[in-house]
Amino acid sequence: MTTTDPRPTTARPRVALRDRVLKFVEFATTPLLPSDYLDLVDPLRSGADLRGRIEAVLPETRDAATIVIRPGRGWRGHRPGQYIRIGIDVDGVRQWRAYSLTSDLTRIDGCISVTVKAIPDGKVSNHLVRKVRPGTVVQLDQAAGEFCLPAERPEKALFITAGSGITPVMGMLRNHPELTDVVLVHSAPTADDVVFGADLRRMADEGRIRLIEQHTDTAGMLDAGAIAELVPDLAERSTWACGPVGMLEALEEHWTAAGIAERLYTERFRPTVLVTGEGGTVSFARSGTTLEADGATPILDAAEDAGLLMPSGCRMGICYGCVLPLREGAVRDLRNGEITTAAPGDGVLIQTCVSAAAGACDIDH
Amino acid sequence: MTALQKKPENPIAHLSAEDIEIIGKELDTIRQEVRDSLGEDDAKYIRRVIDVQRKLELGSRAALLVSLFPPAWLIGTAGLSVAKILENMEIGHNILHGQWDWMRDPKIHSTTWEWDMASPAAQWKHSHNELHHTCTNVIGKDNDLGYGIMRVDEDQKWHPLYLAQPLWNFINACFFEYGIAAYDLELGKNLATKKRRANPEFRAATKQVLKKIRNQAGKDYLVHPLLSGPSFLPTLAANFTANVVRNLWSHSVIMCGHFPEGVETFEKTSIEGETRGEWYVRQMLGSANISGSKAMHLMTGNLSHQVEHHLFPDLPSNRYAEIAPKVKDIFDRYGLTYHSAPLYKQVASAWHKVIRLSLPNGWLAETTPKNAPAQIAKLVRMTTGGKKVRRAMARAA
Repeated sequence: MTTTDPRPTTARPRVALRDRVLKFVEFATTPLLPSDYLDLVDPLRSGADLRGRIEAVLPETRDAATIVIRPGRGWRGHRPGQYIRIGIDVDGVRQWRAYSLTSDLTRIDGCISVTVKAIPDGKVSNHLVRKVRPGTVVQLDQAAGEFCLPAERPEKALFITAGSGITPVMGMLRNHPELTDVVLVHSAPTADDVVFGADLRRMADEGRIRLIEQHTDTAGMLDAGAIAELVPDLAERSTWACGPVGMLEALEEHWTAAGIAERLYTERFRPTVLVTGEGGTVSFARSGTTLEADGATPILDAAEDAGLLMPSGCRMGICYGCVLPLREGAVRDLRNGEITTAAPGDGVLIQTCVSAAAGACDIDH
Repeated sequence: MTALQKKPENPIAHLSAEDIEIIGKELDTIRQEVRDSLGEDDAKYIRRVIDVQRKLELGSRAALLVSLFPPAWLIGTAGLSVAKILENMEIGHNILHGQWDWMRDPKIHSTTWEWDMASPAAQWKHSHNELHHTCTNVIGKDNDLGYGIMRVDEDQKWHPLYLAQPLWNFINACFFEYGIAAYDLELGKNLATKKRRANPEFRAATKQVLKKIRNQAGKDYLVHPLLSGPSFLPTLAANFTANVVRNLWSHSVIMCGHFPEGVETFEKTSIEGETRGEWYVRQMLGSANISGSKAMHLMTGNLSHQVEHHLFPDLPSNRYAEIAPKVKDIFDRYGLTYHSAPLYKQVASAWHKVIRLSLPNGWLAETTPKNAPAQIAKLVRMTTGGKKVRRAMARAA
């Protein structure tokens, strides 16, 4: 066996050359970047900030619609059950929201879709369901979230959903035909309000799922006990639940009491604001901005309303994309009322999306 | 021009403290109405201006690649001049004021924007937004008044050096972006002593400016000429021309904002403990508008609505035109003068003031064709004589 000295690879000079060309182009466009000009032509190209173009808005119910989006070249795909954050300009102001992906992974056109239910006074959801037009370019983040099936598929699955909570589950049902024993318990005010009603009923007719619809306007809400009666083999099933916070907490309690808490996976769409208090003055030293925030508004929202560019993520206290150092002051966690304080120099990291001012705060941003 | 507080007839003497606070409230209402109505159309406006500007710049620079061919040179130079003006005025200046921050678009935000200008955005924002816009027309505090190199007030002692002020002003106009950079660095003050020169903050800021200049000049005078190959020299000349055109234009517009005759200046002590109403009134009296077409307003970055801009520096510029009648109505009702005139008149007025103040107090007004020889002789004596001669002659006048 002979060994040879490692030869200098040809890749290195080529990379250097590309870098040099790029540097030269940057010199030609400074103070802008070449991408600022390329964005004029192709905002979805590879290498650009991730964006998408809305291709179609398909009504699902009277207040829900599926938004079909062609993602930019940088889109890395998703697992069914995950969500994406979409940044869309509503009345000229960029707003970010997270929505569950509902698309079929095998779509030949490469588009993805989210399904949005308009909530009363919901700025973004109403815009997406009722106003937005195909052709609109939106900002995207890569898919995120762990509300997915494990690689080893469960033999028996139970999905418990209510309202728009069906959306991540629909993403799974569409893409996991290999699931053979599925029960879906879904609650909606009326039969017409069931998002994906026709698709779900067809799946039920075809025998792919057992569908239990609860129309709460006439039949009232289902409690955990009632679900247990409807699904006698509940303890043998891996369960995924998505819906209002109250429902999820009741389920968690029931599953814990039954000693099968590890078989229940839940997904929340919004943080639960439980505890509020007095607000305070929040100052952002580096941005030179000072604002008055009340004790019920997340610092993230208050700062954005004041025109500040803030890092943000899920907006519900999960992803830690919004974390900033609190240099001095006190904040209250809106989910549990817990107070976090910082003395000068501490730089305690706080989640701005679920923290409200609890007195004067100095934030390093 | 004499600071308002020293004038025999104070133009706001007829206003009570209460009037001034009501003016402030009325202006606050106008501001809030605009803020509440900002929306999709405004966002579309700024994106369209940016889009047009970038395409115009690309097109012009493309034409300049073959600028050996004279029509290409002409079209490219004209287009690039317009593109550079738009970039500095309607886009850069206004974005850096935070006028578009409400859109929350990180690409169009005062904290992320950088512009085609010798002065880095961050330094300019400090000297312009914080100093000029808060201390507007306060002698000794607002360096925009003559940029610290000119005599802007009768109360400033005259010195023969000021005779060169018109020339100075013209040179500053041609190379305005470098003047601004030097001014943002407070070069005059910071180069004066060894201690100031060695100040690490000043050194870091200077480094940033030099890097910015290297990049901007490198782009216009090296990279693009190189790309033009055989058109190297014509492209270089075109870029130089476009920069000078932009500089002359922005200097003229900015001079029209605060320098025409009739615009008031204020004493340093007058702004201590100033109320919001008083601040508004100072902005009203300290600014002048340029009247003209929509195209004129666009090309001045809506600084043609300097009065409105100074009252509401962070309202989007596309809205100044619609609030101008409401603002003028307040001027009329409270007996204040709303200065507005076409560009040529304001430029002439501003230059008249530059020339008038380059000469000893009263000299220009007293000079007629008849007494010209005697006046010139007097000026020569004042110029060549010492301090004492000047003082004696100034007193005699």
